[in-house]
Amino acid sequence: MNKDTSHINSLENEAIYIIREVAAQFEKPVLLFSGGKDSITLVRLAVKAFYPAKVPFPLMHIDTGHNFPETIEFRDRLVKELGLELIVRNVQDSIDQGKVKEESGRYASRNMLQTTTLLDALEEFKFDAAIGGARRDEEKARAKERIFSVRDDFGQWDEKNQRPELFDMLNGEIDHGQNVRVFPISNWTELDVWSYIERENIEIPSIYFAHKRKVFLRDGMIWSADDEVVYRDEHEEVIEEMVRFRTVGDMSCTAAVLSDAVSIDKVVEEIRDSSISERGARIDDKRSEAAMEKRKQQGYF
Amino acid sequence: MEVLKIATAGSVDDGKSTLIGRILYDTKSLTTDKLEAIEKTSKQRGYDYLDFSLATDGLVAEREQGITIDVAHIYFSTKKKSYIIADTPGHVEYTRNMVTGASTSQASIILIDARKGVIEQTNRHFFINNLLRIKDVVVAINKMDLVDYSEDVYNKIKADFSELMKKRDYQDQKISFIPVSALKGDNVVNKSDAMPWYKGEALLEHLEQLDKADIFNVGTPRFPVQYVIRPKTEDYHDFRGYAGKVYGGDLSVGDDIIVLPSKTRSKIKDIYFYDEKYETASRRSSVTITLENDINVSRGDMIVKENDLPTIDKQFTANVCWMDSEQLNPGGKYIVQHGINKVLAKVDRINHKINPDYSGFEKDVTGLGINDIASVTFKLNKPIFYDQFKNHRTNGSFILIDPQSNNTVGAGFIQ
Repeated sequence: MNKDTSHINSLENEAIYIIREVAAQFEKPVLLFSGGKDSITLVRLAVKAFYPAKVPFPLMHIDTGHNFPETIEFRDRLVKELGLELIVRNVQDSIDQGKVKEESGRYASRNMLQTTTLLDALEEFKFDAAIGGARRDEEKARAKERIFSVRDDFGQWDEKNQRPELFDMLNGEIDHGQNVRVFPISNWTELDVWSYIERENIEIPSIYFAHKRKVFLRDGMIWSADDEVVYRDEHEEVIEEMVRFRTVGDMSCTAAVLSDAVSIDKVVEEIRDSSISERGARIDDKRSEAAMEKRKQQGYF
Repeated sequence: MEVLKIATAGSVDDGKSTLIGRILYDTKSLTTDKLEAIEKTSKQRGYDYLDFSLATDGLVAEREQGITIDVAHIYFSTKKKSYIIADTPGHVEYTRNMVTGASTSQASIILIDARKGVIEQTNRHFFINNLLRIKDVVVAINKMDLVDYSEDVYNKIKADFSELMKKRDYQDQKISFIPVSALKGDNVVNKSDAMPWYKGEALLEHLEQLDKADIFNVGTPRFPVQYVIRPKTEDYHDFRGYAGKVYGGDLSVGDDIIVLPSKTRSKIKDIYFYDEKYETASRRSSVTITLENDINVSRGDMIVKENDLPTIDKQFTANVCWMDSEQLNPGGKYIVQHGINKVLAKVDRINHKINPDYSGFEKDVTGLGINDIASVTFKLNKPIFYDQFKNHRTNGSFILIDPQSNNTVGAGFIQ
């Protein structure tokens, strides 16, 4: 047994408790699934929470259309193997309907545009609780997020008026039209998630492991040049490197890191020794000191 | 590896965020990009030292005002333990956040500014820590560098604080005093050369040595049923499992149990965690149990050992911390959420309010304002199954929900 067992067990017990509370307190919950390691971990926890019964809510993917192909292939296989229901809503549709406008230029990303598609989808299905894989260690504004985080009709987060959360007690009382964002792995760190994936032997998309990829450098970060999604200037030279991704968000805002970690144990080792935080490779947070807080107030996850 | 949750409390400018930033820095828990951000901002503001408080003060409003207004959770680990720090605000208006942070913590740090000594706020911080029965409290006397690392100052504060301790209700609470300078790093992670007169441990050393067994209250097992699992598949046609988290003690296969409120007797047949069966479900594990008899159990029921019943009553008295800007009304109706169980409650009477400086009681109280702490008696529309808070942290606590606003408006500790 690995030495982190009791620590990981207590996080797992807490997450299962939270997921069960969602199923019990809400009429129509949904699990937001991105194909990333955090949401894959959530799926695993949900399966464990209700075994031998099936997970009593569907998964929903807000597809930016800029996902790594490996992620989508993985998503469809996982859903099929576990017999889960999957809903997909596309940012492209929101663009086509004129609800949002595509960003342009070298820092263009669809990450911000997801919010509109997400809020529309929550309303379309009348979901009253949306489970997400956000963690408090990711970013300073997220460190203050509640486990049950109430959003108003506009999906907005009122950070100064949050409900206190005491002991294990989760207050899921809401008015019609409101919904709750639920974060069962709030107290996990990036290393905890990786240790759990290793312990549980959970399959994850291949881009999390070191592989050869065509990339280019900008602002000291490594960007994928394998596809048409990431904007690249003519002078930005394409090279081939051994890289892996630490998050698998929208390709246009997810940078790679140099790595030779080809297996899960090597990844865990690498994270343990790492000196750059996970979101340090997300350009959307670097826009300003308060970037994440502003996006959250607007309804972003 | 163990997890230790610590709450921090201190007044404005006691240097709480700086202390946490210092711990992160000296344990090498700050990543390069976070450190760069701190260096950049410190420089922009013209400081000649690194402002570690920038590592934790997350919200824009906090950066503008330079104070902490909400509970922030900070994570770091050493070779021995994983730590979660609930960094709570010091302002009197944020007492409710302090109660919130302390409710999930096993240890706490109270900060005192060495120049100011024990002040009214210190009373309140200590009182809350004592009310919530935090087993291990560290009094960190900060800014020792600004009082020339004086032993006399340290001794005076220690003596003043010991006066407060005489009045405490929870006498077994362990209290330690450590002189520190968060800014300079004295006695935080590393022992300081500046205070040779102090023979004790540095702050982190102290936390590293806390034994889990010393920190938790252990009571008797309580199993509130969270969710009934009925797969209705061919393989599990008759499966009826009760999902929940075990509190207070362990439950084992074969235990004679009683289901509340029906008081039906049965035995534990199987304990599942996912697809594996276990002989024992230990404290705080989220398991699914099945019973020998096919009886009617639903969410909100509680499974307990036959010889260990909690109090079953439609009335109780509790210390309540009021957390809402609207007053608590005597005669008002609220939802009591006790664990996962919700019942309608009416305020029967406010017995007395506890003075903010912890100096005594105020009787004849007509209402409670935000951050007030008072003894309140409630009447319920149906019985709950509770223990006294001093015997059972989980089963002796509850939250109050305003049925109109749906907000969590208070927290209570059953007497």
